[in-house]
Amino acid sequence: MSTETQNLTLVQAVRDALRTEMQRDEDVIVLGEDVGKNGGVFRATEGLYEEFGDDRVIDTPLAESGIVGASIGMAAYGLRPVPEIQFMGFIYPAFDQIVSHAARLRTRTRGRFTCPLVVRAPYGGGIRAPEHHSESKEAFFVHEPGLKVVIPSTPADTKGLLASAIRDPDPVVFLEPKLIYRAFREDVPAGDHTIPLGEAAVRREGSDVSVYTWGAMTRPTMEAAENLAAEGVECEVIDLRTLSPLDRETIVDSFEKTGRAVVVHEAPKTGGLGGEITAILQEEALLYQEAPIGRVTGFDTPVPLYALEDYYLPSPTRIEDGIREVVDFA
Amino acid sequence: MGARVRDHDEVVVVSVFDRAPDDRVQVLDVDGQLVGDVPDLSDAELVDLYRHLRLARHFDERAVNLQRQGRMGTYPPLAGQEAAQVGSAFALADGDWIAPSYREHAAVHVHGLDLSDILLYWMGHGAGGWDTDANVLPAAVPIATQIPHTTGLALASKLREDEAVACAYFGDGATSEGDFHEGLNVAGVFDVPAVFVCNNNGWAISVPRERQTASSTLAGKAAAYGIDGVQVDGMDPLATYAVTRAAVAKARDPGDRPRPTLIEAVQYRFGAHTTADDPSVYRDEDEVAAWRQRDPIPRLERFLRETGRLDDEMVDDIEASVREQVTEAIDRAERTPRPGPEAMFADVYAAPSTELRAQRDHLNRLRDRHGDDAFLKE
Repeated sequence: MSTETQNLTLVQAVRDALRTEMQRDEDVIVLGEDVGKNGGVFRATEGLYEEFGDDRVIDTPLAESGIVGASIGMAAYGLRPVPEIQFMGFIYPAFDQIVSHAARLRTRTRGRFTCPLVVRAPYGGGIRAPEHHSESKEAFFVHEPGLKVVIPSTPADTKGLLASAIRDPDPVVFLEPKLIYRAFREDVPAGDHTIPLGEAAVRREGSDVSVYTWGAMTRPTMEAAENLAAEGVECEVIDLRTLSPLDRETIVDSFEKTGRAVVVHEAPKTGGLGGEITAILQEEALLYQEAPIGRVTGFDTPVPLYALEDYYLPSPTRIEDGIREVVDFA
Repeated sequence: MGARVRDHDEVVVVSVFDRAPDDRVQVLDVDGQLVGDVPDLSDAELVDLYRHLRLARHFDERAVNLQRQGRMGTYPPLAGQEAAQVGSAFALADGDWIAPSYREHAAVHVHGLDLSDILLYWMGHGAGGWDTDANVLPAAVPIATQIPHTTGLALASKLREDEAVACAYFGDGATSEGDFHEGLNVAGVFDVPAVFVCNNNGWAISVPRERQTASSTLAGKAAAYGIDGVQVDGMDPLATYAVTRAAVAKARDPGDRPRPTLIEAVQYRFGAHTTADDPSVYRDEDEVAAWRQRDPIPRLERFLRETGRLDDEMVDDIEASVREQVTEAIDRAERTPRPGPEAMFADVYAAPSTELRAQRDHLNRLRDRHGDDAFLKE
């Protein structure tokens, strides 16, 4: 592995991963709406069309089901398609293709055909976007056996996880936190760089409470943790990174140390991943539990338009409050 | 549904539907000269049509500026596309329905939506900007999803034996989506009173019309569904009015023809897809300049002036009144208080669940404890 690094934003790391993997493996194909000449509406694929040509960076008609359905055919044939869905809120026409076909092609053919594709989509709120541009519906895909679901929170992780997703033999839904596409830079290894799927990262060690989160919520959670540290509450912040399969070992190990837990996600509370993580802790570490497990989440409402999204998204204040409630439980 | 017996020798209910899909209907040429029949609008209505084009253009310019000044969120401009929107909406009766995409500010205003309510939507107020009795569905932001809704509205009208016609608006990109196919197919099968207006502006963000489909026209796709398809100069307000009026009349009283019509209104978006888009990355300025020669406003203005329906004084009055109307709409929108977080929890269900009420109450306790400033980033 190269020791050189580049200082990249998260969206630049997406592009760097795509470029590196396309250079490494000529079967890797990028396709989607506006990914070619326009370089993607967030510029995630900028320059790829010029470097790799329109056979490998394909501007498609406006047809999500067609984009993912065609990707499934390409993957079954032996290519490694990386279809982009422009916003997660527009993924639903492709939902049937993803859950009915991509997720179970291996099962249905006992491994004769596989579906090594990566569906990329920016997800989440906080950028004053129009309606349907702020959804965070990772739980739909986590619920589907046969899919892997990844959400990075840093540029270096983005590159490493996306590269692993592209090399993975199974279909991966790769959700990108667009709120922090350009929020900060980080040194990212140049050239070949992978991070294994299925491994959470401990972002901050602490002994009082475990806080589980991912993607764009990692930053406000870290901010809340630092604020609470000033009050003497030490949070252990776990960035799950891969939501399917979950890193049960890291989740449980932390809880056995702290005995208290809070899950932070921007998706609606009911049916969100917070419930799954709570269940894992109940199954594996009940006797360590010292307080009810808290959830700080989006509300069970449609994502509001931007005049109200600051109330909808968990803020450091809400996260701090939720953590304090769990820590103060006697 | 039985097969429709049609005798072309006998029936010429609306001749415009007998044209080839690429035989584009035009009433005014690019210089505003009459090349077709003037539709059945009074002089006052023709001047009102012109005023609505000017209003739409000015509204659009101000809206783009509001976004640039940080007074509004991302906004999809319509400049260049006024004629197809205003002309077609003029052909609808009050009780007819519109299922718009996100760019149809002019069409929905003609049909009864207040300009300030349209602005409030783009200012992020959501349902706060939804205050109308007009039969207009909320703008569909996902692509083509409103097309099957239109079929359903029209089917309901038919089942109830009502007069109402349903009109969908969508872009050229939408014709690539499955919902376009399904919506038109069902409309054809059940022969519903629907008009499908495709505002073909040449570009779906960066993807040109030629890349959406190998079909030579979009109007020609109607044949696959057994419905009528017609192409019209979408920058000719009189042609779009005339064609839509014929389609609406046929939807209500089809004679031997199918009720549904697909109208391909060929036009151009002068500006960006939205204020978040930079069209210089994917299209040439020469192309934009060429289409600007077809601008609907000077075309209609020249026709109205040369036929004695409009003079300098009237144009000045229209200009002043349009400016005043848009300024008032902006003032009203900006004076509207930002919705409180209760609005987020309202209208999710007819009756909120226990859990939803608990979440609302919890947020209110947090607001009491920490103050609203702790939540608002701005």
